[in-house]
Amino acid sequence: MAREQRLTKVFVELADTLVEEFDVVDFLQMLTERCVELVDTNAAGLMLDDQRGNLQVVAYTTESARLLELFELQKAEGPCVDCFATGQVIANVDLTTSSGRWPVFTEAALASGFTYSHALPLRLRRQVLGALNLFTVERRALTDDHLAVAQGMADIATIGLLHERALRDQLALAEQLQTALHSRIVIEQAKGVLSARAGISVSEAFNRMRSHARRTGVHLTAIAEAVVAGRLEDADLQPVTGTS
Amino acid sequence: MASRRVAEILRAAWVDSPDGTDLPACLAAACTRALPVSGVGMALMTDQGPAATLAATDGAAVTLEQLQFSLGEGPCVDASTTGRPVLQPDLVRTAPLRWPAFAEGALEAGIRAVFAFPLRVGAIRLGVLDLYRNRAGPLSPDELAEALSFADAATLILLHEQVGAPRTGAVPVLDDRAEVHQATGVTSVQAGVGLADALVLLRARAYTEGRSLADLARDVLSGVVDFRNDNDHC
Repeated sequence: MAREQRLTKVFVELADTLVEEFDVVDFLQMLTERCVELVDTNAAGLMLDDQRGNLQVVAYTTESARLLELFELQKAEGPCVDCFATGQVIANVDLTTSSGRWPVFTEAALASGFTYSHALPLRLRRQVLGALNLFTVERRALTDDHLAVAQGMADIATIGLLHERALRDQLALAEQLQTALHSRIVIEQAKGVLSARAGISVSEAFNRMRSHARRTGVHLTAIAEAVVAGRLEDADLQPVTGTS
Repeated sequence: MASRRVAEILRAAWVDSPDGTDLPACLAAACTRALPVSGVGMALMTDQGPAATLAATDGAAVTLEQLQFSLGEGPCVDASTTGRPVLQPDLVRTAPLRWPAFAEGALEAGIRAVFAFPLRVGAIRLGVLDLYRNRAGPLSPDELAEALSFADAATLILLHEQVGAPRTGAVPVLDDRAEVHQATGVTSVQAGVGLADALVLLRARAYTEGRSLADLARDVLSGVVDFRNDNDHC
């Protein structure tokens, strides 16, 4: 499918989601995955301000200890920290030359096979709510066009966080951020529970819960809570054969 | 950094309660000193909702906790049942519409603002920490960060109290990483226990083996550590 068509499709998908009832973590996960595709990168993570002075990863594209470690490291050092602190885009970081600026992060990123990294702010007026972090394997910088799309995705992520009118209020935003962070943990716990019960990978566990959420229209977080509580068994979550 | 603050709060609570029997009350008292709030209450949670008051630093805090039990309504109840923080800086304006019965009792007790934080680790729901003020006004971002650190510390205290784990002076802060939460789920299934017990099991084992929780979690996820074969986790 041509890139323009792909962009259109994703734009419609995101917009359609935003006008319906949706689960924030599920939405951010989908957005992060689409972003990686649209701007020709290889991995991404979306990090949010946990309001305790830290960035916390809420969505990520690959179930990989190394990738998670790269986000963990960026609580202390890295493009996300700087992006979050300044609200500026940090684009086309060439990892072969960035070790002066971010030694620990650069080493870990190179060891994971990445050559470029980028961080885009989730901006809201004068605030920064988090950062969208992208990684590329191929030695190829992102074009201005790609960066514009990536920033657009980051902006849509912000809109997703604030979709209710009442959330223009600072405290309501605080509630929403904390709830997203709590939901993420429930989803991770459910991935573990389901993977152990069904003998599948955590990645497959996530896919099954997400498919079930799509099929039934129930929020991903509610599905995860039901899995943890034993109200949803693996048999209930099997994907229907023949559908994607 | 946030976890350093949580560790500080826990250490201070242990200093105030060396035998560990009074941790919720000590934490609540420290919270009133650290933040511009009039009082603090803490309640235990079960699946049915708030179950018992663990701490209340003054008369109005007692009233606040009692109201939620007797009425089953209010910001604290909402926070504990929905698992979302409920931040209400101006009860005069918002409470009568949203929680009419609660509003009457709370306003009469002089309570003008309530900030209720669910104490939870994902699906592990332990209780709620309620901060109140006798004047209206929001928490600033710094104050919110501090309140969240107290909530994190309270969560850890309740986690260990609920599970009846042996108490030590050191209650390490929680490594909040995806692998840790996934491993909690896996361990819960393998050991045939609830999530709270599973998390405590993991923390105890990491502590005994002198390694990080994240490290142990990765071994659980890769199958190197399997609690189905484990006989020494009682």
